[in-house]
Amino acid sequence: MTTEIDPTALAVFIFFFVLVTVMGFIAARWRRPKTLARIDEWGLGGRSFGTWITWFLVGGDFYTAYTVIAVPALVYSVGAYGFFALPYTIIVYPFVFMVMPVLWKRAKDNGYVTAGDVVHGQYGSRALELAVAITGVIATMPYIALQLVGMTAVFKALGLHGEIPLAASFIILALYTYSAGLRAPALIAFVKDIMIYIVVIAAIALIPAKLGGYANVFAAADAAFKAKGSGSLLLAGNQYVAYATLALGSALAAFMYPHTLTGIFASNSGRTIRKNAALLPAYTLLLGLLALLGYMGHAAGLKLESANDVVPALFQTLFSGWFAGFAFAAIAIGALVPAAVMSIGAANLFTRNFWKAYINPQVTEAGEAKVAKVTSLIVKIGALLVILFLPTQFALDLQLLGGIWIMQTLPALVFGLYSNWFRGPGLLAGWVVGFFGGTYLVWINGLKPLQAISLGGTPFTVYIGLLALIANIVAAVIVNVVTPARATARA
Amino acid sequence: MDKGFGTAACWLLVIPYIGLLWVPFYNHHDPVLLGFPFFYWYQLAWVPITAFLTWIAYRSMRNDD
Repeated sequence: MTTEIDPTALAVFIFFFVLVTVMGFIAARWRRPKTLARIDEWGLGGRSFGTWITWFLVGGDFYTAYTVIAVPALVYSVGAYGFFALPYTIIVYPFVFMVMPVLWKRAKDNGYVTAGDVVHGQYGSRALELAVAITGVIATMPYIALQLVGMTAVFKALGLHGEIPLAASFIILALYTYSAGLRAPALIAFVKDIMIYIVVIAAIALIPAKLGGYANVFAAADAAFKAKGSGSLLLAGNQYVAYATLALGSALAAFMYPHTLTGIFASNSGRTIRKNAALLPAYTLLLGLLALLGYMGHAAGLKLESANDVVPALFQTLFSGWFAGFAFAAIAIGALVPAAVMSIGAANLFTRNFWKAYINPQVTEAGEAKVAKVTSLIVKIGALLVILFLPTQFALDLQLLGGIWIMQTLPALVFGLYSNWFRGPGLLAGWVVGFFGGTYLVWINGLKPLQAISLGGTPFTVYIGLLALIANIVAAVIVNVVTPARATARA
Repeated sequence: MDKGFGTAACWLLVIPYIGLLWVPFYNHHDPVLLGFPFFYWYQLAWVPITAFLTWIAYRSMRNDD
């Protein structure tokens, strides 16, 4: 792909980037509460978001710029196996429908802002609260870094090399998040999603037309995989279990992340969340079609340095400069929305479950909001440093572990919504087993998320996150049974 | 609407898990639809189906919160 600057593309890109920056700062005034100096105003938008805003916000922070770049890249590289993102983002919604309204209600009734608050309120265990909070923060950091990977791919295609564009856009993001809180990404999500929809609809309609139709796209990809000797349009028999467990495990993990929970907690009712579980799959349709851009890359005969370039290179090759610029702006802005929500989610966790718990229990409401604002800045700077000074592969590996880690908070966060049987020590033991056991398995598998298992017959591979979750639950049950049932504080 | 029906309708939400996690059922090239191998259009078809099932479950609940 060319890496010279196309003035038209760059001008269109800058126009939209400036537009959302202005919107980000205006957002502090949008649906303005009496004060932003409260953590649930700054960090949850006052729990006032109805169906539409929730749809844009959750959609915006769940389907990220990294998804737009990485899912097609994986499909480009390995074929059918990379498509597991589609079943994953379908089966996540029945789970959201059943569980998240209950969690929302618990949070709303007790004024909880984070997963750590929920766990502390339920089990009265500071240790479990800390485990959940730390898991949230460390699973989120590499996720933010990956948004930067998405942006970098776009900047590269625009011909903007070096680290300054990335740092500049991130500082702008940090500043408006600081001033407007969750209202900024919620407002920007409208623009971002409309842009992404236009881009994807244009891509899936026009690109196959230029490349001889979908039949030809699939045939070209098939030929490319055969020539390469790896990857396939269909799964191999030993990939079935891996495909299904990756989809299920990712679906269970997805709404344990601080940023997705933030989107849930910011809703105005359980009804809004249920309605969204039926409406959000519209994005999944988009994701599935986007994934096929990976195959279109083969049909277009692209020669790429990195699979992550497949989407930007397609737009550059097949569309005129102004539309490529528009598409790149959509992807870059698509990185800012989730990065903002992620930093807010992590900041909320730090403030409520670390600062308030250990440093200053008497912190005022205004003080809480202040700490959260400053933390959101630090979190973003941290993610930027990770990308600038550590190899990208490191962020990828950490994010992979992040998914496995965050899944280990599910028993603590969800089981208590339905039963009072589990107690803090059991769930903490389960978390320890799942967290460290899962990490160990990934480590001995050479940083691959799959573990080979042989039960006498044909060997198959299983997603380690799901294995760790099972071990987690088993350990929690055993410890719960053997430890004496003392009266557990329920705040 | 009575609670029993709401609970029953929620069982509809199990269907997508079966349809999508039973991989051998759909890991086939044929029949091809609009150029898409079965593997791809089958999974894409579950998006509207799941949305529809969720909508039925939503309509059947009292949603009084």
